[in-house]
Amino acid sequence: MTYLADVGTLARKDLLLELRSRDTVPAMLLFVVSTLVVFNFALPAGASAEAAYGLLWAALVFTAILGLTRAFVAEREQRVLDGLVLAPADRSAIWLGKAIAVVAFLALAEVVALPAFALFFEPVSWELVAAVALASVGFAAVGTLLAAMAAASRARELLLPLLFLPLVIPIVVGGVGASIADDPGRYLGFLALYDLIFAILSWASFEYVVTE
Amino acid sequence: MLAAAAAGLLLLGISLAFYWVPNAPVEGFRQRIFYIHVPVALTAYACFFWAAWKALRLLWTRDQRYDLESYTAVHMGVIFGVLTLVTGSIWARTSWGVWWTWSERQLVLFLVLFLFYSAYFMLRYSVDPGPRRASMSAVYALFGVVLIPVSFLAIRLAEGLIHPVVFTHDVGDKLSTSQLVTFGVCFAGTLALAGALYVNELTGKRLDERLSELREALS
Amino acid sequence: MTSAERYVTAAYLVVLAVVLAYVVIYAFKLSRLEREVGELAELARRKKEEVA
Repeated sequence: MTYLADVGTLARKDLLLELRSRDTVPAMLLFVVSTLVVFNFALPAGASAEAAYGLLWAALVFTAILGLTRAFVAEREQRVLDGLVLAPADRSAIWLGKAIAVVAFLALAEVVALPAFALFFEPVSWELVAAVALASVGFAAVGTLLAAMAAASRARELLLPLLFLPLVIPIVVGGVGASIADDPGRYLGFLALYDLIFAILSWASFEYVVTE
Repeated sequence: MLAAAAAGLLLLGISLAFYWVPNAPVEGFRQRIFYIHVPVALTAYACFFWAAWKALRLLWTRDQRYDLESYTAVHMGVIFGVLTLVTGSIWARTSWGVWWTWSERQLVLFLVLFLFYSAYFMLRYSVDPGPRRASMSAVYALFGVVLIPVSFLAIRLAEGLIHPVVFTHDVGDKLSTSQLVTFGVCFAGTLALAGALYVNELTGKRLDERLSELREALS
Repeated sequence: MTSAERYVTAAYLVVLAVVLAYVVIYAFKLSRLEREVGELAELARRKKEEVA
C-alpha cells in the first residue's frame, strides 16, 4: 500500500504548491474564459450551435496545454524531479500523482468554463459534463507523460503542444461527438476506451521517460 | 540485394499496373493509382510498426543499438507517409476534383500520423543525444502505433457527425485475380524498397556514429 | 493522354521523384563521410608520426 501512499503524497505536494503559489489555476481560468470570449467574435453570425461546441473543445485543449506546461516547471527549476527519481518510490507513482493533480486543476478550470459556455453560447447537457470529465482524464494521462518529455528538452514550452495535439485528436472527436451527436453514449464509450488505453500506456512507460 | 529485389519487383509491378491489369469497372483508368497508393500506405504502417518493435526492444534490453534502428524506421515511415498523402491527394483530385477531402479515412489518418511522427523529430532534435533521448523516442514511437487504431476509430466516429461522407473510391468489394497479383507485386516492391532504403540509411547513420567516436579518440 | 492517365502517371512519378531525391541526398551524405574518413586518416597518420 506504500505505492498509493506515495501517489497521495505526490499529488498532495502538487496541490499544496498550487494552493500556496496560486499561479497555474487562475491563469487557466482566465485563459479559458478569454478564449470563449474570443470565440464569440470568431464565430460568424449564422454559425450553428454545433460550431460553438466544437470551439468549446478547442478551448479545453488549449487550456489543458497551458496547465500542463506548468506541470513540470517547478521540478525543472529546482531539479526536484531528479530527486524524486532517486527516491525509493516507483517512478510511475510520480506520473500518477502528477496526473491526479492535473485532473484537479483541469476540473477547477472546467467548473468555471462550462457555466461560462452555457451562459455565452449553448446549454450544457449531462453528457457533455461526462465527456469533459473523461476528456480531462485523457488530457492528464498523456499530457503528464509528454510534459515530462518536454521538460527534459531544450525546447520545453514549444515542444509540448507539438507532442500533445496529435495525440489528443481522438479526445476532441469523442468530446464533440458526445456534445452534438444523437447517441452520445458511443462517444462517451470511446473516450473511456481512450482513457483506459493511454492511461495504462502512460503509467507503464513513465519510468522510461524520466530515467536514463 | 534488397535494392535489386526492390527495383525488379517495382518495375514488374508498375508494368503490370499500367499494361496488364484491366480497367476497373466504375473508376476506370484512374483506379490504377490504387496499385501505388495502397502499397505505399501499407508500407508506411509496416515501418511504424517496425519502429515500435525496435523501440520495445530498446526499452526491454536497454541496448542502445535499437535507438538508431527505431529512428531510421520512423524516418522511412514518414517518407512513405508523405508519399501516401501525395498519391492519395492526386487520386482524390482525379476522382473527385478536389486535392483534399476529410471524408477519405486513410488520408485523414495519415495526416494525423504525419503530425505525430513529425513531432517525433522535433523531440529528438531538442533533446541532447544519449540514453535519455533514446528512451523517450522509444516511448513516443510506441505511443504512435497505439495511436494508429485509436485514431482510425476516432476518424470513423467523426465521419458520422462532422463531415458528410460524400466521396468514396470504388475499389470494389473483391479484387479480381489480376488485380490481386498486380497489387501483391507492387506491395512486395514497396516493402523491398523501404527495406533497402532502411538498410542504407542505418548503415550511414552507424558510420556517422563510429566516425564521431574515431574523431573523439584521435583528438 | 487523357486527364486520368496524366494524374495516374503523376502519382507514380512522384514516388519515383521522392526516391530519387533520397538517393541524391544520400550521395551527398556519402561523399561527406568519405571526406571525413580521409580527414581522420590524415589525423591518425600525423599522430603516429608525432609518437614516433
